[in-house]
Amino acid sequence: MDKGLALRDVTITKGGVPLLSVNHDIAPGEVLTVMGPSGVGKSTLLAFITGTLAPDFTATGEVWLDGDNITHAAPHQRRVGILFQDDLLFPHLSVGANLAFGLQPGGSATERKAKIEEALNEVGLGGFADRDPATLSGGQKARVALMRMLLSEPCGLLLDEPFSRLDAALRAQVRDMVFDRARARQLPVLMVTHDADDAQAAGEVIVTLGG
Amino acid sequence: MNRRRFLPILPILTLLAMLGPVVAGLWGTLLPAFGHLPAAGLTGPSLDPFRDLFDWAGLPRAMFLSISTGLLATSISLAIVMLITAGWSGTKPFRALERLLSPLLSVPHAAAAFGLAFLIAPSGWVSRLLSPVVTGWDRPPDLLIVQDTWGLTMTAGLIVKEVPFLLLITLAALGQADAQRSVAISQALGYGRVTGWLKTVFPRVYAQIRPPIYVVLAYSMSVVDVAVILGPNTPPSLSVQIVKWMSDPDLAMRLEGAAGALLQLGLVIGALVFWRFGEFAIGRLGARWIASGARGKLDGVVAVGALAAGTICALSVLLGLVVLTIWSFAGFWGFPDAFPDAFTWRNWMRFGPGTLEALGETALIAITVALVALILTIGCLEAEYRFGLSFSQRAVWLLYLPLLIPQTAFLPGLQTLMLSLGADVGRIPVMLAHLVFVLPYVFLSLADPFRAWDSRMGTIAAALRASPNGVLWRVRLPMLLRPILTALAVGLAVSVGQYLATLLIGGGRVATLTTEAVALASGGDRRAIGVYGLMQTGAALVPFALALLIPAVVWRNRKGLRHG
Repeated sequence: MDKGLALRDVTITKGGVPLLSVNHDIAPGEVLTVMGPSGVGKSTLLAFITGTLAPDFTATGEVWLDGDNITHAAPHQRRVGILFQDDLLFPHLSVGANLAFGLQPGGSATERKAKIEEALNEVGLGGFADRDPATLSGGQKARVALMRMLLSEPCGLLLDEPFSRLDAALRAQVRDMVFDRARARQLPVLMVTHDADDAQAAGEVIVTLGG
Repeated sequence: MNRRRFLPILPILTLLAMLGPVVAGLWGTLLPAFGHLPAAGLTGPSLDPFRDLFDWAGLPRAMFLSISTGLLATSISLAIVMLITAGWSGTKPFRALERLLSPLLSVPHAAAAFGLAFLIAPSGWVSRLLSPVVTGWDRPPDLLIVQDTWGLTMTAGLIVKEVPFLLLITLAALGQADAQRSVAISQALGYGRVTGWLKTVFPRVYAQIRPPIYVVLAYSMSVVDVAVILGPNTPPSLSVQIVKWMSDPDLAMRLEGAAGALLQLGLVIGALVFWRFGEFAIGRLGARWIASGARGKLDGVVAVGALAAGTICALSVLLGLVVLTIWSFAGFWGFPDAFPDAFTWRNWMRFGPGTLEALGETALIAITVALVALILTIGCLEAEYRFGLSFSQRAVWLLYLPLLIPQTAFLPGLQTLMLSLGADVGRIPVMLAHLVFVLPYVFLSLADPFRAWDSRMGTIAAALRASPNGVLWRVRLPMLLRPILTALAVGLAVSVGQYLATLLIGGGRVATLTTEAVALASGGDRRAIGVYGLMQTGAALVPFALALLIPAVVWRNRKGLRHG
């Protein structure tokens, strides 16, 4: 398999105790959901894929993205996007500057501005570029975080309990928005969650850990 | 420059900058103390320097002064801070004290000491305000208050400055001690506020603030500038006498000075060991007190007493600054008038040019040293983050080491060593010596906020393809602007306040506001002292104000960083 995100015999241990093992290929546009109660180390799997695993964990196995082995690549060269349960917008940058941080370099200032405005329009936030992210509502922040990540043109998408901080009404809306865009861009998605609704909404392969 | 190779050596470079001069200085003290000083044509080993030292008639009193001021200043300021925190944390008066903390901390020791002297001397402001109505004095009474034989005023001068320092340290430790809930539980069990706090929170807080307490003890035992201003003269405390010996034109006197420096080191180590045993004893007594189940009948009285003591400390420093200001503008001011006959710019015209020159030297040294310390600190913390290093509790003690070794034990040796190596005294060696004291404070000030930064921000930024340096410069440092500027201000204030390092390593040729101000102590020209003391305070205080102001302006439209 060429395109997509492949986890080959990935095992993560802490102090010699195995936490989880995953061996799975995620095709473009497909969602793999990793379920399990909190504390089984679901997030360490994502940290391993982004290259930010804490030194007290050890991992074996390989991560392949679109045919490249990225197991040992530097975090910023992996082309893997990630969304956390918190929006984690950079508080010192305006909404527009947050998106510009994500947007791949290139193009004139006007073109870049236009792309950012277009991205904001796409999620119903036209004219928000100069706003302070701290003044946005939870749902608005989540949408900005999503667009910031998509503008960096990742080849795979990781979701770390991304909807658990949103209230029920907003949750389904943001969730659909994320999955729709991931499918439209043919991104392989890996989601970790402890929420059965999220897993069902993703509607595809589910791996359950621990418990 | 290749960051990848450069960054990992920064922690080593930092340790070298911090501990190198200390080790070299101790070596430079050890040799002459045993009679070896080739520069003066003397070769050892011999015990003559110690024989001379023990022949000095003032020695027992000088040693006693060092020990008594150290133990008294440390235990009294610790007691005040613990009891205020126990009785008042979370209340309105406590928040008022908290707000005063930064300005109180940044007032240099020398300026606070001068202010205290101008307040409580027989001809000081307090006596003037009370005379002649209350006291009946129409001339200053013939009392030895400032520079008293027992060093009590000097001890008080140390206490007023150590209380804000220990309070700051305690506030930082409280966050991790789960204080509020512990006190709530013990109050529900019928314990008074103070007793409940002492029995449940104090042991945890004390374990955390132990290193800075040891620093206060070592510092109070060997302080020079405060002792010159407020301490006794005949004989002076041991550290002041060591500096006198070291400044003697007769090189042979350096041997006696070096022997004294080793003795001072021994005294400090002895006092630290004594304090450690005291901790065990208090711990045993405390365990018994807890087992007794006593609920604390005197809590109210104790709390009020502690608050009064803390308020007196704060007022001493603040009113001291007021009286320095009045003197700096005073025309004729006869006793017992409460205020001068006239206010005038004359003192500022007269001493202004001199202070500006000293301010230039002070600023040049302080800015250079504080920036170097900041860069080394950020480098160390970033190396720790990138390479997943973690410093053990033991490594934390390394940070405190340069603050625990008495200045008078290694600075004279450093000066002697530089002389015998033919190295020139002057500005750059002074900067290196300042760095020894500035680095630990800058590091301690920045480490917690730097480590508390949400590292998921880094993960996100890297996932958005920002390189490690990009994450540092574009995300982490801007987000940490406020703590970075605060750390810089702390570094500047520490450098501005350095007396002994500037005096000894500068060979008397580097004139900063602090050395100039302390030099005025013996002359007793209160107008000159007022001008220099205020300038010294301003040099330390303005950076703190800027550290608050700049982030507020730069991030005025960024709500998420307003309390970060």
